[in-house]
Amino acid sequence: MASKIQAGERRAVVNPRLIEFLTKSWSYLFLLGLVIYFSLTGTGFFSVRNFSSILTTSTLIMLMAIGQTYVVITAGIDLSIGWTVGLSSVTTARVMRDLAETGNDVAFAMLAGVFAGLLVALIPGFINGVLVARIKVPPFIATLGMFGIVRGAAFLLTDGQQVVRGLSSELREALRLIGNGSLLYYIPERGFEWLALPPDLPAAQLRTAAQLLPYPVIITALVVLVFAFILARTKFGRHTYVIGGSEEAARRSGINVDRHLIIIYAICGFTAGIAGVLHLFRFTAGAPQAGEAALLSSVAAVVIGGTDLFGGEGDIMGAVVGALIIAVLQTGLVILNIDSIWQFIVVGVVIIVAVLVNQAQEALEKLQANV
Amino acid sequence: MSEAILTARGISKFFGGLTAVDRVDLDIYPGEVVALLGDNGAGKSTLIKCISGVYRPEHGAVTFNSVDITAHAPADIRSRGIETIYQDLALAENLDVGANVFLGKEKTKRLFGLIPVTDDAFMQAEAAQALDKLDIKMPSLRQKLVNLSGGQRQAVAIARAMYWQARLVIMDEPTAALGVPEQRRVLDLIRSLRQQNIPVILISHTLQDVMAVADRMVVMRRGRVVANLPRQAATEELIVGHIVGSAAVGGNDAN
Repeated sequence: MASKIQAGERRAVVNPRLIEFLTKSWSYLFLLGLVIYFSLTGTGFFSVRNFSSILTTSTLIMLMAIGQTYVVITAGIDLSIGWTVGLSSVTTARVMRDLAETGNDVAFAMLAGVFAGLLVALIPGFINGVLVARIKVPPFIATLGMFGIVRGAAFLLTDGQQVVRGLSSELREALRLIGNGSLLYYIPERGFEWLALPPDLPAAQLRTAAQLLPYPVIITALVVLVFAFILARTKFGRHTYVIGGSEEAARRSGINVDRHLIIIYAICGFTAGIAGVLHLFRFTAGAPQAGEAALLSSVAAVVIGGTDLFGGEGDIMGAVVGALIIAVLQTGLVILNIDSIWQFIVVGVVIIVAVLVNQAQEALEKLQANV
Repeated sequence: MSEAILTARGISKFFGGLTAVDRVDLDIYPGEVVALLGDNGAGKSTLIKCISGVYRPEHGAVTFNSVDITAHAPADIRSRGIETIYQDLALAENLDVGANVFLGKEKTKRLFGLIPVTDDAFMQAEAAQALDKLDIKMPSLRQKLVNLSGGQRQAVAIARAMYWQARLVIMDEPTAALGVPEQRRVLDLIRSLRQQNIPVILISHTLQDVMAVADRMVVMRRGRVVANLPRQAATEELIVGHIVGSAAVGGNDAN
C-alpha cells in the first residue's frame, strides 16, 4: 500500500506544519489538556483557590528547574541541588534564630538570614563548577559527591535533627506573613482585598477566600523572568548554548568556558538557594530534607520542557511548563482520589514520552531542512 | 610574484626523541592555493600547528606580513588574520548561521538603552552578506547547522573566516567527510578565496582535489619538505612518488 503513494502525495496526507506545531508545543498542549481533564472530572479542581495552590506548590520544583536548565543545556547535570535547598533552608533558619535570640530586630534577623541562605547555596554550586570545568570531573560524579557532602552539612547544622529547633513564635509569624501571604486576595461575593484578609472575615468566607498573587509565586515569577531573559537574550545565554553545542568550538572562539561553567553551576546552586529560603518562609521550619524529593522532579520538569540532556537545546519556559505539569498531576490525582503513588508512574511515563517527542521533532526538522 | 605573505624558516619540532618537523622552509604568496601533501605522520599537521600557534617550534621562525609571529598565542595569530579551519569546523551545530559567524564575538545592542542583548537581526544580515560574497546559497539562515549538509557547514566556517578578515586560510582535510557534489562546492569556495587574493594552505589526502585547485604542491615526508612543485610540473604519479619516497630526487627537491 505505502509503496503506491508517491512522495508528493505523502506530503499532502499529513500536514508538516501541523506536526511541527504539535511536536514543538506538545508540553503546553499537554498541560492544557490535563487542566481541562481534571477540571471536568475532579470536583473543586477548577477554582481560583486550587489554581493558586498549584502555582504555590510548583514554585519549589520550578526554582530548582531554572538553574538545572542552564546546567543541562551545557550537557551537564546537577544532582546536588536537592540538598542545597535543605542547606539553604537550614542556614537561613539558624541565622535568623540566632540573631533574633541575641536581641536583634526581627526584620534585620530575617534579612541577614535570607542573605546567608542565598550565599551558602553558592558554595556547593561554585565547587561543582570548579570540579567540572577545571578538574574535568564528569558532572554526574562531581554533583553526586556534592549530593552527599551537602546532605551531611545540612544535617550537621541541625545537629542531626529533622528541623532547626527554637525559632521564636514572633519569627514564625513574620515568616508566615510572607511565605503564606498574598499581595492580592479574592473573596467570593465580597471582592478583592490587598495585602491581607480582613480580620473580621466569617469562617465560611475564609474557607473560600483565594490568594490571587501569593508572594512565593510572585518571587518565583520574577526569578523565572530574569533567568529566562538572560538565557534567551544576552551574550551570556548565547555562550551557554554554544558550550552545550560544542565545548571545543566555544573554546576556539575565545569563550572562557571554564569561567562560564563555574558561573552556571553557581547559578544552579543559587536558584536552589532561593527555593530553600522560600521553603523556610512557607513552612516556617528549616528542614535539611526540604528539597530531597524535588530533585528528580526538577530534572523531570527540565526534560518534559524539551531541554536536551545531551546539551545545546532547551529554555526556561519549557522547565516552567514541566514544573506546572508535575504540580497539576500531583494535585489532580489527589482530587480524583487516586492513590498519590500513581503520580510517580504518570510522571515517569510523561518523561519518556517527552524524550520521544523531542527525538521525533529533531528528525522532523532534519527532514524539512532537506526538502 | 609579489612578496611572500607568510614565511617559515627552518622550522623544527620534536616530540621527545621524535622529530616531527625537520628544518622546514615554507613561503606562501598572496592569492595562491598551496597544497600540503604527505603520508600520515609526515609532519603536515604539526607544521600547520607551528604556524597557527598551537605548537611552539623548537627552531626556526614564522613571519606573517613581515611580523615575527613565532610561538605567539593562537588567539593572537588568529587576530592577525591566520584562520585555521579544522576538520571538526569548530561550529555550534545547535545554533543558526548568524550565531555561528559571530561565535564568541556576538554583536549586542542595548535594550531600552540599558541592558545589552544579542542583536540577532544584525548578525543574521551580516552572515547573509558574507555568504553572498562567497556565492553560497542556503535554504534558510534560520536553520540550525545540524540540519545543514557537510558542505554547507564547511561554507559557514569559511564565511566566518572571511567575515573576520582572514588573510590566510589553513584548511585541514576540508573535503574528507563530504559527498562528491559537496566536495566540488568546497573546491569552488577555495577558488573564490583565491579570487579575493586570500592564500589558502590546503592539507589533503585527495590528490584529485589537490590537482583541481592547488597552484603549488608541497610534499612532506618524515618531517621534511621533499618536493615543492608548481601545478604545471606536477603529475599525480610524480606526487605519489614523492609521498611514498620512491620518486627520483631531482631538481624538484625544495631542500
